[in-house]
Amino acid sequence: MIFGAILAGGVGSRMNIESMPKQYLPLAGKPVFLHTLEKFLLCDEFDAVYIGTHPNWVDFTRDAVMPYVGSAIDIHVVKGGSDRNGTIMSIIDAIEDDYGPSPDHIIVTHDSVRPFVKLSTIKGNIEAARQYGACDTVIPATDTIVTSQSGDQIDEIPPRSAMYQGQTPQSFNIDQLKGLYASLTDEERASLTDACKVLVLKGVPVRLVPGDVTNIKLTTIMDYKVAQAMIESGVDA
Amino acid sequence: MINSIYQLVAPKSIAVKFEDVSFGDKVLIQPRYMAICHADQRYYQGRRDPAVMRRKLPMALIHECCGQVLKDPSGTFAPGAPVVLIPNVPGHGPEGVYENYAAGSGFLSSGRDGFMRELVDLDPDRVVGCAGIDPHVAAMTEFVSVTCHAWHRFTQAAHAKRDRIALIGDGAMAYTLACTLSVLMPQSELIIIGHNADKLALFSFAAERYLTYEAPEDLTFDHAFECAGGEGSAAAVQFVIDHIAPQGTLMLLGVSEQPIPVYTRDVLEKGMTLVGCSRSGREDFERAIEVLRHPGIQDRLRQIIHVAPAVHTVKDVKQVFALDLQTPFKTVFEWGV
Repeated sequence: MIFGAILAGGVGSRMNIESMPKQYLPLAGKPVFLHTLEKFLLCDEFDAVYIGTHPNWVDFTRDAVMPYVGSAIDIHVVKGGSDRNGTIMSIIDAIEDDYGPSPDHIIVTHDSVRPFVKLSTIKGNIEAARQYGACDTVIPATDTIVTSQSGDQIDEIPPRSAMYQGQTPQSFNIDQLKGLYASLTDEERASLTDACKVLVLKGVPVRLVPGDVTNIKLTTIMDYKVAQAMIESGVDA
Repeated sequence: MINSIYQLVAPKSIAVKFEDVSFGDKVLIQPRYMAICHADQRYYQGRRDPAVMRRKLPMALIHECCGQVLKDPSGTFAPGAPVVLIPNVPGHGPEGVYENYAAGSGFLSSGRDGFMRELVDLDPDRVVGCAGIDPHVAAMTEFVSVTCHAWHRFTQAAHAKRDRIALIGDGAMAYTLACTLSVLMPQSELIIIGHNADKLALFSFAAERYLTYEAPEDLTFDHAFECAGGEGSAAAVQFVIDHIAPQGTLMLLGVSEQPIPVYTRDVLEKGMTLVGCSRSGREDFERAIEVLRHPGIQDRLRQIIHVAPAVHTVKDVKQVFALDLQTPFKTVFEWGV
């Protein structure tokens, strides 16, 4: 079975908005995460879509998705974990409770704060996860990437042609992701910035799926303002 | 949800506009294959009057499109159903006036956004199922529907002797019309008059084919369809006036950008009927689907289709319009945004 997993566990600390996490801020008349949910609900390959949210926001989220309950795709709201991968694992636990475990289950994880995701990107993820077991959505890097361990001086400038910026969705065979995550040491888990790194640390290949420059992540106030401006005036993408 | 709309904002310049689309009572469709029309190309190149460009832009181009239903609250179409999209926005005219001419009618890709969007939402009556039809061919259903509309109006206007029908022009419109007439008027002989020997060669199912300057002086036919348009309009109309039998009907399908002279003395003397035809309505789309299901027609239409690489980005949009300038007939491409 194919499951959507919308990660809405953040509390918006980088937004400097105390009252409301960024995924709940209004964009074009509705909360950001509902735009994301609606795009997932258009993809009839999903058997169910899970939203992993901060424990304090579970009720709010359940209320917000009520108008969509009863559509062809089941919607579940679950408590997220303490970090991104913790939320993914909470969703996987809920999937296995609700639908039972299977070696064929696929999960398409996506940031709730990337509401500009295209349906074709979601479908491309499902296809790649089916075929290769895991995939990451990326766009070619446009800025030169500089590495520095010290933070004071450059160690290396890798060739830009080999550099990509990771986006979401990131999609996985659930069994494989769960097994690999369980095998990580505490130190390895502390080094994770996303779910694909679970596989990369263990030398498991992750397929690249082309993303889109407009699939921006609303992390800061500036991102939010950019998103509002994109809807008002469009972009030369 | 947020929809991406690929708008022409200035000649050869595309920008993506984002707009919220809600789950309402409309059919939500993912466009899959599109065909480029001369009208799209004229807008894209900026070959329309500057005042017209200012009035119509920005807008998404493309009105020939097939897609896949994502959601239909009316229950008319199941998710995943292959469909063609009707760009005509019906007007409200008196009884007997077709939806595409009625006052207040509109057209998606002429002052309103066409189908170059991630998602398209349409009323259920603006969607027609096309199961079983090759999507490359289904993409040009609108084009076929225009020829069906011309046929329908012809049947309303022309006298009953329809043994010999001339088509003036050898481009995509003439070829598609010839295909349609071969299905809807199988008893009529089709006579094709064109400028290009290589294009004329494709009309293998026509009874007679002539290069314009080699047409016999005594050539005659009962009725004619003008499919030349542009700078060839005047000569095409004059050719018909010279050769058509008395009380013949001339169906005008080609678009002349400028006013053209018509020698009315001979039009009057022959008692001719001139009928203008533009665009199409739902009935024409339904008939077009029937025509496309006729044995052999899809094979014939594939002969004039050039399948371009899939379009995923704004850069690809620019490339497909550039490629279309090099293709003799119809450019069809997969819409993969």
